[in-house]
Amino acid sequence: MPPETDDVRPAETGKGQSVTMNASGVRNAVITGIGVVAPTGIGTDAHWQAVLRGKSGIGRITRFDPASYPVRLAGQVPGFVARDHVSGRLLPQMDVWTHMSIAAADAALADADVNPAARPEYDMAVVTASSSGGTEFGQQEMVRLYQEGPSRVGAYQSIAWFYAATTGQLAIRYGMRGPCGVVCNEQAGGLDSLGHARRLIRSGTGLVVAGGLDASLCPYGLTAQLTNGRISTVDDPDGAYVPFDASASGYLPGEGGAILIVEDEEALGDRIPYGRIAGYASGIDPAPGRGRPRALGRVIRGALADAGIAPRDVDVVFADAMGTPEDDRDEAAALAEVFGARGVPVTAPKTLTGRLYAGGGALDVATALLAMRHNVLPHTTATTQLAPGCEIDLVLGDPRQRRLHTAVVVVRGHGGFTAAVVLQRD
Amino acid sequence: MPKHITIDDLTEIMRSSIGLDDDVELTGDRSEMDFADMGYDSLALIELASQLQHRFGVKISDDEALERLRSPHTAVSYVNEQLAGQAV
Repeated sequence: MPPETDDVRPAETGKGQSVTMNASGVRNAVITGIGVVAPTGIGTDAHWQAVLRGKSGIGRITRFDPASYPVRLAGQVPGFVARDHVSGRLLPQMDVWTHMSIAAADAALADADVNPAARPEYDMAVVTASSSGGTEFGQQEMVRLYQEGPSRVGAYQSIAWFYAATTGQLAIRYGMRGPCGVVCNEQAGGLDSLGHARRLIRSGTGLVVAGGLDASLCPYGLTAQLTNGRISTVDDPDGAYVPFDASASGYLPGEGGAILIVEDEEALGDRIPYGRIAGYASGIDPAPGRGRPRALGRVIRGALADAGIAPRDVDVVFADAMGTPEDDRDEAAALAEVFGARGVPVTAPKTLTGRLYAGGGALDVATALLAMRHNVLPHTTATTQLAPGCEIDLVLGDPRQRRLHTAVVVVRGHGGFTAAVVLQRD
Repeated sequence: MPKHITIDDLTEIMRSSIGLDDDVELTGDRSEMDFADMGYDSLALIELASQLQHRFGVKISDDEALERLRSPHTAVSYVNEQLAGQAV
């Protein structure tokens, strides 16, 4: 039997010393570029404006007829045309999730003002997160398999479905031959990709394309997601996904996410980063029924310790916001345990997008960095009345003007994967 | 099942199933160019063979695909040879 551990794993190097690179010899990993493809819009500006205005991307599923499904609402990327972002040469070889990821990665590199062709290829890596892989592509090929037979399954199925497909296509596209990888642990992946990117920066890689997206809004993808029992079947776009609310009934799924460019702070020259990955920790929940607490509280404390800061130094927490009553209470309790009851402003702009799986944490990091840059604390739409047991200072109604220096983003993935990132700007 | 393949048929297959940039045609000099030099890998040739078999009813093994489908011109010639052989 494996040892029963639920350790929090803070970063293995430079614990608590990451702020002073020269003194500790640890390189600072900073985020220099953001690329967003999400239900809130395509492009960082469209996303940020939607967040400020509380403009929801949730609506009835249009990708297929959802009439016969118990869930008919989702966050869909509005107006995404793959041809606008991917050449005809590559289009048929990839799933829509990779198309969206290419659009996000191109935008993120442009935002970072990085020209990959001008940098050494082994100095750059790609580490994306994916929880579904190329589901829609896979469905199309499965239909061919059972309707027309094995010989009609396309050769590109062999690469397009695979969780690492996006990492591979991005690495080829930009000529990035450093240590590439993919993180597959549902919602936690978006943050764990940043944790791994920071690890690579500390071990000498100059640039990492990180973050993640998922796009699994096809019958096969939705059916698979439904098995987790946490998706809301309320058929009201404003009332289905209301985390921490007294009427919480589960979450809605969404597609998209964000790509984030992580670089060694020393190598930026004149470029100004959005912020630094100051702290990171991950953990996993104990098996159900063991009676031991879930990982989130310990993971947040681990990330704060890794950043060398105290709970009072945190200006905002971007919540995981599962939207099921029990998960919401667990998260509120973990936040109260670390920060004190109503001890820190908490927000969940993901009510505008639904939960984006691997894209969720990545998009929250993008939103947190934009919030810090603009000194605006985004509000949580949809939720109106906090449930009993959710004693948190949830930002409701309107964004708050607030000087933001330190943000914490937390995620919980299906199966107990838990992660937290501390972001700081100078 | 068609009895003959043209470069236009091949172009349509490349565009819909394998990938071809909008402004690229497979006519002229390009018809003699190796697929490998255009950046197509073995996976592309396996998929091309699969499409040709399905649409034209020819048999192309994986080895033959890699050997005989070298350029647009040779691919068209090879399929037409097969089709002519079938007709006899």
